[in-house]
Amino acid sequence: MSETTHLPGFCRDCLRPTRAAEKRCHGCGSPRLVRHAEIAKLSLAHVDCDAFYATVEKRDNPELVDKPVIIGGGRRGVVSTCCYIARISGVRSAMPMFKALEACPDAIVIKPNMEKYASVGRDVRTLMQELTPLVQPISIDEAFLDLAGTELLHKDSPARTLARFARRVEDEIGITLSVGLSYCKFLAKVASDLEKPRGYSVIGKAEAMDFLAPRPVSTIWGVGKAFEAQLAGDGIKTVGQLQKMEIDTLMRRYGVMGKRLYELSRGDDSRTVHPNEAAKSVSAETTFNTDLSRSEDLVPVLRALSEKVSARLKKAEIAGQTIVLKLKTADFKSRTRNHKLDAPTQLADRIFRTGLHLLEREIDGTRFRLLGIGVTDLTSPEQADPADLVDPLAGRRAVAESAIDKVRAKFGKAALETGYTFGKGRETTPQRDRDK
Amino acid sequence: MKITIERAALQRALTAAGRVIESRNTLPILANVLLRSETGTLSIHATDLDIEAVAKVACEGEDGSACVDAKLLTGIVAKAGGSEITLELVNGSVIIKSGRSKFKLGTLPIEDFPQLSDATFDAEFDMDIAAAFAPVRFAISNEEARYYLKGVFFHAKDGKFAAVATDGHRLAESTGEIDAEFAGVIVPRKLCEMLPAGNVSIAVSSTRIRLTTAALVLTSKLIDGTYPDYIRVIPTSNDKIVTVDKAAMTAAADRVSTIATERGAAVKLSIAPGQIAFSKAADGNTADDEIAAEYTGEPVDIGFNSKYLHEMFAVLPSGPIDIHVNDGMSPALVTSPAVEGWRGVLMPVRVS
Repeated sequence: MSETTHLPGFCRDCLRPTRAAEKRCHGCGSPRLVRHAEIAKLSLAHVDCDAFYATVEKRDNPELVDKPVIIGGGRRGVVSTCCYIARISGVRSAMPMFKALEACPDAIVIKPNMEKYASVGRDVRTLMQELTPLVQPISIDEAFLDLAGTELLHKDSPARTLARFARRVEDEIGITLSVGLSYCKFLAKVASDLEKPRGYSVIGKAEAMDFLAPRPVSTIWGVGKAFEAQLAGDGIKTVGQLQKMEIDTLMRRYGVMGKRLYELSRGDDSRTVHPNEAAKSVSAETTFNTDLSRSEDLVPVLRALSEKVSARLKKAEIAGQTIVLKLKTADFKSRTRNHKLDAPTQLADRIFRTGLHLLEREIDGTRFRLLGIGVTDLTSPEQADPADLVDPLAGRRAVAESAIDKVRAKFGKAALETGYTFGKGRETTPQRDRDK
Repeated sequence: MKITIERAALQRALTAAGRVIESRNTLPILANVLLRSETGTLSIHATDLDIEAVAKVACEGEDGSACVDAKLLTGIVAKAGGSEITLELVNGSVIIKSGRSKFKLGTLPIEDFPQLSDATFDAEFDMDIAAAFAPVRFAISNEEARYYLKGVFFHAKDGKFAAVATDGHRLAESTGEIDAEFAGVIVPRKLCEMLPAGNVSIAVSSTRIRLTTAALVLTSKLIDGTYPDYIRVIPTSNDKIVTVDKAAMTAAADRVSTIATERGAAVKLSIAPGQIAFSKAADGNTADDEIAAEYTGEPVDIGFNSKYLHEMFAVLPSGPIDIHVNDGMSPALVTSPAVEGWRGVLMPVRVS
């Protein structure tokens, strides 16, 4: 550590440049110093809010501050987010709720309030966009930022601008976040995860290879459980092993992924930050409180989810041509079924009817814990839902749907429901949805 | 069972019956053929539970039956060196010999091989069904939600038959003379794609259709659904008729579609006296073209899906084709003076 103390850096709280050998800031006394040889040159950042949903809830209810908080749905379902206190007991996101409560029985479980989180997420994004136009949101609470060339605008280096930004989010929005600063997306993302919460980590070009070498292959973007197991089967466990391999060997064995392994293991990532990268799919899914197997239970949920997807397509002015049905059985096996339509659609009616057809074939007594519906092959709505030669009712259903949309826009979502969902209660309310 | 068969004939029969077999099966028996030799004829049965095919081929030897893997048997017969093949059932295995090669295949119990229940038929007649269905097959729907459109609607009345297919975006009807009468049935796509060429004997009931040739009997379930009242959507009062040359029209539509980012995107046709102008815009690029056409009416702009236009024109012979339009919003009727009894309908698409 003694070497690093002579590297250039600054205090993350008062932004004063560090002096050699000091362990705390000579100005404000804060220990939160950041130093790195390349700190003045790096400009690509990954910003990730800390336990986002839980932090927002704690902000809005200070009584929760020192208690373990889990955000997730109902008795069933999974943990969406848990605060760092809950994580001490072993709670992790995506863990089934019953397991989380076993690990941390005194946790306070809060149902997610997506609208609130989306609004806070937008506030954070607005502040990001003041730093640079090159903001690529990855999800509601994380984004890549490229601050190259913003030195004159902010009259400061990207590294210090980001530290100032982190403080500003804490002051103005009341939540914390972690910053990863590097020269490429891959390592920026890895860096933001190193020191959570309230982290600020820097990975420079010179150290990239050594930094990566001892890490597990799962560090590499795109290496999931299955691929990790395949690599382990081939005797490859660390990134360092990949660094010693030839590109043609890797490509012969793993195809396109081989190229990615070769490049990323060497910290070589040429992906740039694309603002507003278009969504690839729009979907909604829900995990049930109790496993469902009967069509009279599943169909209303499918209808509610279809309406949700349709509403989002219409709002975003996009349409999709392939309908994807997703099911998860009681024993956690995933089933996805898809069907490509002749023409793109935005209509809840078509999404629902197509999904229903896919669903009917899966209803065979199997108990399901999750149902989701989505559309992919997104296009502009121009050619969506063309008039139909032999189904004159399709036109009338489309007109009826646009009338429903208008009523809902004026009087709220619950103002008008179809018979499929009416009186079916909460079960049909989607708990979690996502874009990819 | 111990029989000897001419290799080439067996290969033909296996291929004909084997077309029914799906490449992936949940029931292992469906990957098998049932071989049954009886008084000098070997019948080869294959099924996917919706269609049953029975191919017949002459053989010599003892009667008997066995169920063997269709793909393996077909492969063996295709590669065999000799001009004859011997099949023998020994202790639950089928021994296949040809020339100096010998194979032994496992069998499944013949009782397990599914048989479509026998049906009584309402009408029997002979016709070239492949020729009748060929110019309409392209319009069969793929859409799961409207399963009743996933086949050709086939009916006969007053000495005339009609075969119709539509997916809601285009429709094609082919009609002709027939010496039979039956209520409409929906023939599933898969059978439509394996119709034997030439004249065949056909038997129809409300649930089954059976096609019989000398070498092959195909029995298929029909799609259980109500076909929409399609006659209603065939325009009868489209009075603006433009006559185009098939090749010129197809080529121009194809040329402007070059800039399309997706297959089957819309092409705008501006029909004016003596000509049709084609235009297409995609992602800031534009394409324009023009062909000569016989037309004397008022100018009309209409958009079509280029893939649908192409597929419909493809079933018509070269030469003149008539497009009957009303306005840019209503379905267009397509006819060919060279093909009597054929009509096509194209739904226009929105173009700016």
